[in-house]
Amino acid sequence: MGEWLMLLLATALVNNVVLVKFLGLCPFMGVSRKVDSALGMGMATTFVLTLASAVTWLLEHFLLAPLDIGYLRILGFILVIAATVQFVEMAVKKNAPDLYKVLGIYLPLITTNCAVLGVALLNVQQQAGFVTSVLYGFGSALGFTMVLVLFAGLRERLVLARVPKTFAGAPIGFITAGLLALAFMGFAGLANH
Amino acid sequence: MLIAIASFSSMGVVFGLVLGLAARLFRVETVGLEAEIMPLMPGTNCGQCGYPGCAGAAAALAKGEAPPSCCPPGGQALALALAEKLGVALDASALGEQVPMIAVVREDICIGCTKCFKSCPTDAVMGAVKQVHAVIREACTGCAKCENVCPTGAIVLDPVPVTLQTWVWPKPVAA
Repeated sequence: MGEWLMLLLATALVNNVVLVKFLGLCPFMGVSRKVDSALGMGMATTFVLTLASAVTWLLEHFLLAPLDIGYLRILGFILVIAATVQFVEMAVKKNAPDLYKVLGIYLPLITTNCAVLGVALLNVQQQAGFVTSVLYGFGSALGFTMVLVLFAGLRERLVLARVPKTFAGAPIGFITAGLLALAFMGFAGLANH
Repeated sequence: MLIAIASFSSMGVVFGLVLGLAARLFRVETVGLEAEIMPLMPGTNCGQCGYPGCAGAAAALAKGEAPPSCCPPGGQALALALAEKLGVALDASALGEQVPMIAVVREDICIGCTKCFKSCPTDAVMGAVKQVHAVIREACTGCAKCENVCPTGAIVLDPVPVTLQTWVWPKPVAA
């Protein structure tokens, strides 16, 4: 149990998918103007990432590895992730309309998010077990959500700040992201204990 | 090689089948008034009613938030049909003499800027840069979007001209 908790903490903070591994930067810059939409995007990503980690593990261990066709991994992963997300989206739309209203608009956007594929591929690289894979996916998504919401909060305040003209808009956003990444480097020491 | 082709093809077929079945199994039927109103709407999502598209307007109509006369492109015909469907009284005097309108290009002042061409939701405006535009009458719904974007006032709404295609026998006066 403690080991799993440590894994969650390590993936969310120490090996943060956005600020340390630099995956999923597109939604990080794109959907971080408002805290509300950042939270919605984060929750949808959490859902997709956890699910994708599970299905790609199954695909890897029951199809790609036995048939020795690992060179088709990326293609297969994208196919499986897209199909699963599409299926779940339809099921959610039918059975939980309220949930669909919160997550629905973000779900198709995330299907081809590089963080989703990246985490699935990292799982294979680390030769993780099923539970570890799912936890790794969930932890990464938690880290992604946290960073996205933090960054959105910063940007909401930046709108009110008097930014020099040359830095206004995207440049100050990138500088903020850089400072945030620098701050997350501080968590690197956490892994040694 | 063959194994790869076979396994991925079968995977694709299975996913296709599952998704196709799911689309049928999980289809969300929009039941009730809203679903009945939706086919009556023009469907161009022009937004003149102030709602997000025709679906939004249909939802507002079903809830009774919008009057039956809220749709300008639908005109009197749609207002009457909606009033009948919703069972509400229609203040027909507001659109009493309103006749179906259609966009017409004043060819002497059209500068060929293609703004109306780009804004038309039904692709009823033909034209190219620096060419005088023209309107396909059969496709125009009279939504007035082009009228609002034209920089020279060259495209305006006129009553639908009576031609062999549009002339109809007047309805008998109710006794």
